[in-house]
Amino acid sequence: MRERDDEWTGLMRSAISGDSAAYHRLLKAVTPVLRAAARRGLARSGQPVDQSEDIVQDILLAVHLKRHTWDVNAPFAPWLFAIARNKLIDALRRRGRRIFVDIDDFAETLPGEAPAETASASEVAAQLQTLPARQRDVLQSIAVESASIKDTAAKFSMSEGAVRVALHRALTSLTAKLREQ
Amino acid sequence: MRMDTDRLIRTLAADNGYRAPPVGYALMLALLAAAPVSLLMFFTELGIRPDVMIAMRNPFFDLKFAVTLALAIAAIAVSLHLSRPEASLRGFGWLLVIPAGILTAGIGGEMMMPQRLPMMTRLVGKNSWICMTAIPLLSLPILAAALMGLRHGAPSRPAVAGAVAGMLSAGLAATLYASHCTDDSPLFVATWYTLATALVTAIGALAGSKLLRY
Repeated sequence: MRERDDEWTGLMRSAISGDSAAYHRLLKAVTPVLRAAARRGLARSGQPVDQSEDIVQDILLAVHLKRHTWDVNAPFAPWLFAIARNKLIDALRRRGRRIFVDIDDFAETLPGEAPAETASASEVAAQLQTLPARQRDVLQSIAVESASIKDTAAKFSMSEGAVRVALHRALTSLTAKLREQ
Repeated sequence: MRMDTDRLIRTLAADNGYRAPPVGYALMLALLAAAPVSLLMFFTELGIRPDVMIAMRNPFFDLKFAVTLALAIAAIAVSLHLSRPEASLRGFGWLLVIPAGILTAGIGGEMMMPQRLPMMTRLVGKNSWICMTAIPLLSLPILAAALMGLRHGAPSRPAVAGAVAGMLSAGLAATLYASHCTDDSPLFVATWYTLATALVTAIGALAGSKLLRY
């Protein structure tokens, strides 16, 4: 546990200083932990656990947009779990159930839990349709086609800076729309 | 378009280059933007009291600023602390007791000095109504700005964070108002400034519970 936390903190420090690969690894590493906690929270409040992926995506977006509130000298895990708990409580409250969230929900990982295969598109996917066309195109290119910022800029004859701005705006407005649901 | 979690993660990593400014910076910009509004309101409607040069020799006039500035500065520090998701009031809440401590010391000091006016007269003062309206009104632009700035943060208890933002704006507004008010008794400050601050704190808590969720 200690080792894992130290590894996360190290990855987040690298991410903050500009290492996108470290950031990618960090988000990949925390996702199973978040997923397990979301499932436990849903199960305990009598909700279908296949909604856990919406909650995981909600948490990841909040982590991303609020990462400037993380203090680089503090351990990463308590910060992450505070955000995750907040989002999990919000999500369960939105579903109109009594809330049971344990601190322990985040303490342990259940490895090997794959994302649930849901028939319906996720909440994030549904909100994508409401974005302005340019933001949606950029997001589609990077998320679905795995294109780089550079390739995306070339494809839409935009500057790389404009692609970055469009991408960030898209993520910000997605998060705002999810919150207003 | 399907957006599974792997794709979302890839997208977030691609956005890693974006750097949001720290919450303290956002709060400072917001407060600087609101300051002219409150200053304009103050100088058009109230203004500094005419005998300010003489008043400055009265330690109880100066004490008002020590109390209001201590409140504003402590509340700014607590606001910034609470803008981190894992933070709680523990270890920081005592900062908000400092202005109350200064005020209590002031009341004690005044008690030990010979007074021309009876205690109740000093407490009730001449400006209680203006004090109770001016401080909340002057603090509204500051509170709105502070909440906008603090939206960059991620407080786990938005209502508490909003309440502290209310104290912050009441402290700054009361600093302005203190230079207008001719009631200098710490008893007056402890009664009416406190009531005005409580009102702004309640407004802040209410607004914060809506605006500071993330």
